[in-house]
Amino acid sequence: MSAAVALSSLLDAQQVWRGRAAPACRGEQPTGWAALDAVLPGGGWPAASLSEILLPLDGVGELQLLLPTLARLSRGARPLVLVAPPYAPCVAGWRQHGVDMRRVEIVTATAREVLWATEQCLRSGSCAAVLAWPLQADDRALRRLQVAADSGRALAFAFRDRRQLAHASPAALRLELEAAPRARVWVRKCRGGAVPAQPVPLALAALH
Amino acid sequence: MLWACVLLPQLALDGVLRRRPTAGPLVLVAGAAPARSIVAVNAAAREAGLRVGQRLTAAQALLARFEALPYEPEAVDRWQQFLAAVAYRYSAEVSLLPHAIVLEVGRSMGLFGPWPRLESLLRADFAALGFRHRISVAPTAHAAWVLAGVADGQAVLAPQALGRALQHVPLHKSRLPAAAAAALPGMGIRRLGQLLSMPRDGLRRRFGGELLLALDRLTGEAPAGLDAFRPPDRFDLRVELSHEVENIAALVFPLRRMTADLAAYLAGRDGGVQRFLLRLEHRDGVTDVAVGLLAPERDAGLLFELARGRLEQVRLPAPVLSLRLLARELPPFVPAGRDLFDERPANALPIEQLRERLRARLGDRAVHQLGSTSDPRPERAQRIAARDEGEQEPSPRPTWLLDRPIPLRGPAPRILAGPERLETGWWDGGQVCRDYYVVETAQGQRAWVFCAPGEQSGWMLQGWFA
Repeated sequence: MSAAVALSSLLDAQQVWRGRAAPACRGEQPTGWAALDAVLPGGGWPAASLSEILLPLDGVGELQLLLPTLARLSRGARPLVLVAPPYAPCVAGWRQHGVDMRRVEIVTATAREVLWATEQCLRSGSCAAVLAWPLQADDRALRRLQVAADSGRALAFAFRDRRQLAHASPAALRLELEAAPRARVWVRKCRGGAVPAQPVPLALAALH
Repeated sequence: MLWACVLLPQLALDGVLRRRPTAGPLVLVAGAAPARSIVAVNAAAREAGLRVGQRLTAAQALLARFEALPYEPEAVDRWQQFLAAVAYRYSAEVSLLPHAIVLEVGRSMGLFGPWPRLESLLRADFAALGFRHRISVAPTAHAAWVLAGVADGQAVLAPQALGRALQHVPLHKSRLPAAAAAALPGMGIRRLGQLLSMPRDGLRRRFGGELLLALDRLTGEAPAGLDAFRPPDRFDLRVELSHEVENIAALVFPLRRMTADLAAYLAGRDGGVQRFLLRLEHRDGVTDVAVGLLAPERDAGLLFELARGRLEQVRLPAPVLSLRLLARELPPFVPAGRDLFDERPANALPIEQLRERLRARLGDRAVHQLGSTSDPRPERAQRIAARDEGEQEPSPRPTWLLDRPIPLRGPAPRILAGPERLETGWWDGGQVCRDYYVVETAQGQRAWVFCAPGEQSGWMLQGWFA
């Protein structure tokens, strides 16, 4: 066939655009858990994105998952914000994990205002990370948080009940925490990479 | 010395038009009821043939439908004072003349740039506030005032050019004492230049010292003799609404205007505002809406947004007739500095403003920090906005703390660590004597629980190791 053109000449002439996978920058926001960093596509939390953490119950290690990150960020320029936490953060306990509590702002908001406050904090661009406990959040609301996190260059974490796993979510990362028989993290969705088939064991701090 | 004059030809009308913008004909009337006459007309009314000085009855014969509002001299004074406070931003020497504000700008140009630049700044400010104006500059205050009356935008920057600029000013626009201005044209003197070249002795004999003083002030031979304007230390603005307002949304437009005025006033004083009061006035009684900020601010958009946030939470007990904005404390304003290597995005909202925004909607106590105290009792170990004075605890502490302990339900938990005896508080009536343990529940939760000393049952949940 005379009309046939060698592939190499087409490519050399740069008339054909070749898609390639987005270069994943390694370790921009490490989680502080080496085993988890190893399986996440970005080598850590997706930067400027919403991460969803799904829990069976309160008190199963959901904060310990984040505390290394929070400790690192609390030494940075921008403060951390908790929006409508279910309990009061224990100052002594957080300090034991290296978090500077003077850099942590706590926002009390009613169930209806949680999403608004979270979005405002994310969009402001002056928060390093925003942790929110929304009780009622649908697909649209989470998408707004995702967009706000992107425009404010902040890490967003939404803590939700495990039952929400059945519903689709626009979050860049979805982690499910399992408490019994031992603490493990399932990666349920991660943008920019394949979902690992195995859970990541979470070695919670020994308590003596 | 170089004086700028901002002439406000329609001060009364502009003040009225700001609160009720209308495209239809509108006039201001003054005088006793039988002989009411028009003192100001807007563009639509002028087009219809209404003129200043016309009797109201004559105007009604010309035009069937137009709005006639009373002319309020106090309102004019108030607006002039307000605009002088705005102009105070550009000069420390501001004075008031009839229908005009004069300010010394010779020394301000070092900061704001040459006259064309300063002029455009002034024009932008006055235009943004909705006041028509004519601006001129001259080496004396009175000359600037006269030149602004002749034409807009005249600039005489050198003292030696002043004589030439005044030469052709018609006598009826030269703002001389009324008796002289009326008599001189009859003597064939129609221009200021002619008058200035006349022998002074003769003028003194015929018209007295008053005319000579006015001429000397024009040319700068005599000091201007103006009282320096000092901006008041409080801001008080009241807006009458054109009708009774029953829902908050209709107050947003006047509110935006008022907060913009407050911001302009604050910029003039180089100050900020930390708390102000919105007073909604009803037929009988008022509703006060206090707006408090954590730090002095003066950004118009921010003040508006905060005031609106507070206003939206108000339930109106009765229709609102007028709106008043009161600010008594006007502390100095220190703009927030930003780091050159700031990692925040370029359009970031400063954390202080974010806090204000959240507080405005969620309540004054919605945003706080926690600090630990030196008290070991968990109920008292931390408090809101306390200075962090605790030290590193040697024993494990949870990450969530319950407000008050509750019984731990479910099967007997597995003990991971403990006991830690806490026995204190006998001196202040809040005595506790507890053994604290770290336990794991059947569901895999890790809890911080306590029981009576030595019992290991009847667990009370104090916190979670989340």
